[in-house]
Amino acid sequence: MKGLLGTLAVMGAVVMIAGCERPPVESLQGGYRGTAMAEIIDPRLDAVKEAANVLPAVIPPAPADGPLASSVYQNIQVLKDLNVAQFTRVMLAITQWVAPPDQSCNYCHGANMASDDRYTKVVARRMLQMVRYINTDWKANHVGSTGVTCYTCHHGNAVPRNIWFTNPGESSTTGLIASNAGQNKPSGPIGLASLPYDPFTERLLGDENIRVISDDALPDGNRSSIKLAEGTYALMMHFSQSLGVNCTYCHNTRSFAVWDASTPKRTTAWYGIRMVRDLNNEYMVPLTSTFPEHRLGVLGDVAKINCATCHQGVFKPLYGESMAKDYPELRGPMQQVEAAPAATTPPPTASLQQVSALPQHAH
Amino acid sequence: MAEYQNIFTRVQVEAPPYTGVGLPRGAWGRQRPVGFNHLLGRFGDAQVGPFYLGTLGLMSLICGFIAFEIIGLNMFASVHWNPVQFVRQLPWLALEPPAPGNGLHIPRLQDGGWWLMAGFFLTTSVLLWWLRMYRRARALGMGTHVSWAFLAAIWLYLVLGFIRPVLMGSFGEAVPFGIFPHLDWTAAFSLRYGNLFYNPFHCLSIAFLYGSTLLFAMHGGTILAVSRLGGDRELEQIVDRGTAAERAGLFWRWTMGFNATMESIHRWAWWFAVLCPLVGGIGILLTGTVVDNWYLWAVKHHVAPMYPHVFPPVIDPATLPGAQK
Repeated sequence: MKGLLGTLAVMGAVVMIAGCERPPVESLQGGYRGTAMAEIIDPRLDAVKEAANVLPAVIPPAPADGPLASSVYQNIQVLKDLNVAQFTRVMLAITQWVAPPDQSCNYCHGANMASDDRYTKVVARRMLQMVRYINTDWKANHVGSTGVTCYTCHHGNAVPRNIWFTNPGESSTTGLIASNAGQNKPSGPIGLASLPYDPFTERLLGDENIRVISDDALPDGNRSSIKLAEGTYALMMHFSQSLGVNCTYCHNTRSFAVWDASTPKRTTAWYGIRMVRDLNNEYMVPLTSTFPEHRLGVLGDVAKINCATCHQGVFKPLYGESMAKDYPELRGPMQQVEAAPAATTPPPTASLQQVSALPQHAH
Repeated sequence: MAEYQNIFTRVQVEAPPYTGVGLPRGAWGRQRPVGFNHLLGRFGDAQVGPFYLGTLGLMSLICGFIAFEIIGLNMFASVHWNPVQFVRQLPWLALEPPAPGNGLHIPRLQDGGWWLMAGFFLTTSVLLWWLRMYRRARALGMGTHVSWAFLAAIWLYLVLGFIRPVLMGSFGEAVPFGIFPHLDWTAAFSLRYGNLFYNPFHCLSIAFLYGSTLLFAMHGGTILAVSRLGGDRELEQIVDRGTAAERAGLFWRWTMGFNATMESIHRWAWWFAVLCPLVGGIGILLTGTVVDNWYLWAVKHHVAPMYPHVFPPVIDPATLPGAQK
């Protein structure tokens, strides 16, 4: 009897602490002393993350001279400014960073390399425009001189690991059964909280107001509900989860709203939200009809971006190591030719309609 | 070999079951069975029963059962009646109040109607149980202290789930029924209203909560420490102070200069426990109705200390010229 009780007690204790990280952890003070603004770092978890964020070997730089790729190859719409060597280098990089190894070039190209008949090629073209757009138009406010490459999100995967679709919940909870109001399911992207499981559609595709806290001490017309606050809370849990940081990385938690008590990183995050909204609406949503059905969400919506898509659990993607510095081809139009700004280049709509839904074996 | 020294003992003395004082006319009889349970005797009195259910108790249990079933079956349905998932996801599951846009209208069952109904039956159950406690105390010729303490907890429950939502004009302001969901709701509530820790009534409530545990430890410790001197017979010591009460009092005068008495310590404990939900309820009631951002309220009234800046000035990007929404 006593042995049984003891065993039960030990098992209970194990269950209670099973979700805990073992000490020691490191604590890095951020804000003024006494404000509890600190980053908690588990060196064991960090080692795993660091191993997953090792940069691939740099492809040797291409010589700056040589004929333009667009004068040698056909149907070049975006990389018109690159010479043949630079162009080939970018293609090689995409093959290493994105294409499944067993398919290599064939992932995007058929026998006729110039043809747009594979949807993957049409998507890749638009993504190249997006990379250049991020590296130029979002340089000042979010990505800095670190910049991004295909690898930032793809990490060697044909489809980035962290993408999201609108989650409509489950339709079978209709009838007389109470609606779950879009929450109360353990969901990974929001840190397994019981908060709304899709805070993204309204806030990272739409521009739902994220600020729910009043600017005045006394009631002054702010009718933001607690429900809305839960949505903001869920989005912030996603931030925390995606960047591997806690609230105090950006906020002084005595007042989440007040800017002059926040850290400068909150400004970067604010622009990050605008960048993600911009990219989802300008680059991802227009590709909806390009993707085959099996790449779309349950509502037929395109895969979309959130913080985790690039950050992948790290406060700066790839720990702030710049890959873009080694790939001037991806940073923006090169000197050789005056190209129109990537953002204003319309997607090649003519070829969109030619896309056939090839079955893909990668997923 | 165990010895019988005082009433705080591991030795369980068994005597014929005690069925209680005589009942007034009109009350239900106490229900059998009466028995002894050794394991329970290790924690409290080994005698189990007699029970007194009564009309109020029966009605309270029925209403409580209805509320429990409404909540539980809706949770069960939300995992498609899968018992494994029900157990796995139970901490996440909830019955949600109506959407904020619903205001104070009676919603359809699936849109918060079940929540409203569960709240009604749970409230009825709790109030009936309160009445039952009051009536049972009276029937035994006791004071009604326990029922008033219980009412303080009911006050906080009603403020959170009914009174404040009505004042705010929306049932959507109320708490969901669920384990994690009600905790996430609590955090979101504090976030929405600018940090509840700056709400002075919340501060008071915490002081009474922690104070209660401190008093509990001090009192329990003191009585156990003097039980060998007869201190366990607290009630006798109140009217006829013996060496246990003298020593316990002297101990606290030595260590902190002041002592409660055998009687007053119970008033201390009762008031601390009662004031915890009482002032907490006031704090919740003022939130959103009278104060919308407790941090700014505390800054305005010089309650919140200001810390030196350690970062370069951070400006809200939304206030910059030409900023995006």
